Amino acid sequence: MTVESSPVKFTPALPGQPAADIRTISGDRPVFRAELPDGRIVWLVSGYENVRQVMIDQRFSRALAVAPGQARPGVEMFAAGSINGMDPPEHTRLRKLVASAFTVRRIDALRPRVASIVGELIDAMLDGPQPADLVTGFSLPLPTQVICEMLGVPAADLEQFHAWSDVIIGDWQRDGDEIMTALAELYGYFGALIAVRRARPAGDLMSALIAARDDADRLSEEELTAMCCTLLIGGHETTANEINLSLLLLFDHPGEAAKLRADPGLIPGAVEELLRCARLGNLPPARMTREDVAIGGVVIPAGEQVMPLIGTANKDPLVFSDPGRFDVSRDAASHLTFGAGVHHCLGAQLARVELQEAFRGLIGRLPGLRLAVPASELEFKPGMAIHSLRELPVRWDEP
Amino acid sequence: MTRWKISVDKHACISSGMCVAIAPGRFVLDGQQRSGPVEAVIEADEDVRDAAASCPSEAIRLVDADTGQPVDLD
Repeated sequence: MTVESSPVKFTPALPGQPAADIRTISGDRPVFRAELPDGRIVWLVSGYENVRQVMIDQRFSRALAVAPGQARPGVEMFAAGSINGMDPPEHTRLRKLVASAFTVRRIDALRPRVASIVGELIDAMLDGPQPADLVTGFSLPLPTQVICEMLGVPAADLEQFHAWSDVIIGDWQRDGDEIMTALAELYGYFGALIAVRRARPAGDLMSALIAARDDADRLSEEELTAMCCTLLIGGHETTANEINLSLLLLFDHPGEAAKLRADPGLIPGAVEELLRCARLGNLPPARMTREDVAIGGVVIPAGEQVMPLIGTANKDPLVFSDPGRFDVSRDAASHLTFGAGVHHCLGAQLARVELQEAFRGLIGRLPGLRLAVPASELEFKPGMAIHSLRELPVRWDEP
Repeated sequence: MTRWKISVDKHACISSGMCVAIAPGRFVLDGQQRSGPVEAVIEADEDVRDAAASCPSEAIRLVDADTGQPVDLD
């Protein structure tokens, strides 16, 4: 066991560019200290078992990593007031309030509604001109509509809250004041919406959370507001871009896409492989060591920032044979894209259902779906948390 | 002291690792990353109740070991 001294400079690959080979950068060490482009010094952890340990072992704390005073990008400032930046037992208390709305059983019951929204969006695309922008016409409105209906947020306010969300989780070099202003405005928006629901409860999740606060005092007003913001943003940014990046992967692998067209029964398995292979973000939520922890042959001292590199877990040859090969018929379900442990994505099953229904619709009803511009012309928004496409111009064969 | 019996439906388990993180020492993942109890019968434990209530696939079943009645998860 050694404790290392000099950090390796680490610049994550830009969205749309191939990920750097971490083992080359690290000199084949699974755990090493790195300096990020924003100056943060963190321990980067790679490999399936190590990444899994960081996410499950409670000696790695989320709350300490996002606490005020820590160097953190905007997305982590947002996490600091939310369930995504808490540890048990506070985290468990809040998670239990929403867990039942997102179980496999409850989400499967939403599948017909998701399929019907997919159908409406594709109808509108078929009625409209080509090329069409898939971001505004499909991948963004689908998860947005679904989470708005679950939560009880007017989907008409989409552009407004999307502008805030872009500032908050977008460019990590953005000025902190600008992020805090957008956060305050988003919180204000939800404060007003909560007041409306409090006066006139409905059958949505926001009303249920208000009741949990008012009837049983199970969360504070601030936690209530933060929970609504987290569900709204977490509920659409990720899925929208997972749809975009998955389609880019399928466009690059026409043989695999053809298999799905021939046998739509392969789609659920293909979604797991797409989740394994599409690189939705570069830098995962950081943890901080509560005490000295031995992992991957080194001892990380207490009080250090640690990042589990999920992409390296998903490409670990000990778990996935020939991991660089994209194969829609492999069993990829053990990928760690949804994380693991107490912060395992609350919306994992919702994302799965949305992705499955999205590809069922796009592949089934838009034959010959393809990029309408060269891939090199696609633009991503700045930011490292989520690789977010500005536009995805597509064409398809007229029926 | 109340005793609980834990069982995990391995077919329903989606390997979130939620239970292992919330109640370390009570649940363990097997080679296929599916969860199971370390000991099937335990003294009542709030962490185990939290783990069952938080399981995304509702794969954890908790019953009173003496009466067989389901344990309230709230």
